Amino acid sequence: MRYRTRLRGLGGLRVRLVLAFVLVALVSAVTATALAYRESRTAVLQRKQDAVRTDFKNRVEQAAADFDVPADEVALTRLAGGVADGLGGEDTFVVATYRSRTATSDASADRSRITPELRAAVRTRNRMSFQRVERHGRPYLAIGTPVTFDGAAPSGLDVYAVTSMRAESEDTAGLLDAVRDGIVPVVLLAAVLALLAAGTVLRPVRELGRATRRHAAGDLGTRVRVRGRDELAALARDFNETAAALEASVAELREQDARAKRFVADVSHELRTPLTAMTMVATVLDEDADALPPDTAHAARTVSAETARLARLVDDLMEMSRFDSGAARLHLTATDLAEAVRTTLSLRALTGHVRTELPAGVRAMVDRRRVDVIVANLVGNALRHGAAPVTLALTTDPAGDWLTIEVADRGPGLPPEILAHVFDRFYKADTARTRSEGSGLGTAIALENARLHGGTIEAADRPGGGAVFTLRLPWRQVREESR
Amino acid sequence: MAHVLLIEDDVSVRDGMELVLRRHGYDVDTAATGEHALALLEGPAGAGVELAVLDLMLPGIDGFEVCRRLRATGSTLPVIMLTARGDDSDIVRGLEAGADDYVVKPVTAPVLEARIRAALRRAEPVRSARGEDHAGLVIDRAGLTVGKRGVPIALPPTELRLLLELSASPAHVFSREQLLQSVWEHGFLGDSRLVDAAVGRLRAKIEDVPARPRYIQTVRGFGYRFGPVR
Repeated sequence: MRYRTRLRGLGGLRVRLVLAFVLVALVSAVTATALAYRESRTAVLQRKQDAVRTDFKNRVEQAAADFDVPADEVALTRLAGGVADGLGGEDTFVVATYRSRTATSDASADRSRITPELRAAVRTRNRMSFQRVERHGRPYLAIGTPVTFDGAAPSGLDVYAVTSMRAESEDTAGLLDAVRDGIVPVVLLAAVLALLAAGTVLRPVRELGRATRRHAAGDLGTRVRVRGRDELAALARDFNETAAALEASVAELREQDARAKRFVADVSHELRTPLTAMTMVATVLDEDADALPPDTAHAARTVSAETARLARLVDDLMEMSRFDSGAARLHLTATDLAEAVRTTLSLRALTGHVRTELPAGVRAMVDRRRVDVIVANLVGNALRHGAAPVTLALTTDPAGDWLTIEVADRGPGLPPEILAHVFDRFYKADTARTRSEGSGLGTAIALENARLHGGTIEAADRPGGGAVFTLRLPWRQVREESR
Repeated sequence: MAHVLLIEDDVSVRDGMELVLRRHGYDVDTAATGEHALALLEGPAGAGVELAVLDLMLPGIDGFEVCRRLRATGSTLPVIMLTARGDDSDIVRGLEAGADDYVVKPVTAPVLEARIRAALRRAEPVRSARGEDHAGLVIDRAGLTVGKRGVPIALPPTELRLLLELSASPAHVFSREQLLQSVWEHGFLGDSRLVDAAVGRLRAKIEDVPARPRYIQTVRGFGYRFGPVR
């Protein structure tokens, strides 16, 4: 049970709920962030790009107005400087090319940021082109345009500008940082929410579990509290209804059983009075049978014998119903077990038929009458149903907790189907023999007597053949008696 | 032969018992109710009755009450209870009420007669004449009387016989089984509660403080002994 509980801890609802919540929180946070990042990055960069293009276009047009072709390097440099001044911004430079001449606004700038592809695009498409480039992990926007004068023909003058987009890039990166910082608390919050949700789900589940276990332990009166109107509440209600139905039918069965047992007790009790009268007068029949005609004598003896049998049966039924009703009481007296067994055997003239192993000096507090009944029954059965030699051995366990009386025979033993029923009431081992000397309650009464002592009787087959019945009684040591 | 009073409400049981006991030589009186039995015992016919067989379940006052009232008058008449149930509580109650012995229905005639004979033998005088004084408790074995500091104590035969048995060997320990055999003449499997109940009744009559007995002492795990009285 404990092991299963621990396993439940690992694969349990609580862990699964927390994992699911955290996973959902993570996935939604990451997806939302990714989408937002992409959109805002595009928007920011686009705006920058548009601004740069407009500025660039205006500056180039302004500067080109004062420009004459063919131009020399000085004019080119002035043009580049003029455009660059207008654009401004951090890390910005302008390159102007005319035929094979090139001039730049900042001689130290890295002109490789203007890629051959951009140049080719500007030349071939003959209009303004962009390219985003990255150098040493920094984003730049490179923009280039051919300069045309009064018509579509290219003048041969191309102007390029490169400007840093670090600020914009950092803006969108800041968004990522914010999300990264925010995701940890979100996940924690999700976990806490999951735990709370698990709690509300698990509490009724745990209560149901406890109630189920209490039921299993026999407390059918246990009910669970119904809270709310959800599925768990419905389950709790179903549980309560099932429990109530179960309790009712168990109570009904018990009542029926008690009624049946009471009936047997009442019947037996009612039988006793006529049986007492019959038993008394049967003596007269026995005494005078010899003087009667043969048939009448036979009838008289039969009536007498059957009356005695009936009396024994009623005695056994009464004894059984005392066990059933809990009226049977243990009357413990200090007893020498060996002596008690010998007495039982000698009272029934069985001493010569049983090989005994009775160690002297085993004294215990037992109910003498009940031990007598048990031993007489076990020995009687062994002699009736088994084969000689019947052995009886009294042993004690070394710890001093138990007394054992083992009665074994060397007969055919007990087939499994009989072994299972040997302590049943009115069970007859030999179906061919419908009548036996006993009432059919002997072994059942013997077992009840053993149980009343807190002991047991076990039936088994002997390895060498034959049946063995083992009576085990708790060894109550002889000690102070009440006065 | 002995004169027995049968107190039993069931006609068949009463007639059956009467028939068998008469055949075996007993004088039998019968009573169907406790009231009738008590009246009979108090009347002139009651003087000859030597033993009562008493059914516990009677209409009107029950067997326990009959026994109690009988003992309250100081009667020492031997009483054998006839219990229909054999329930332990009934037996204990009956013994506490003052019954000497019990048999469980349906009882066979030989068993009933054996118990009757044993109970009657307990009431027979002991031949060895000897007056004893055990620290104030005077036991006259010839006259079958017991007195304490000059006051006679009426003891029913079972209690008297138990006291005689125990006091015959002061300081000797008797097991319950021994006492059942010697006093009640039961076999090995007699009910030792008979002894315990009789000891209890006896202590109530002869001891100064029944809870701390001087005369009849319990020997743990073994049984009882008389004295030694100091």
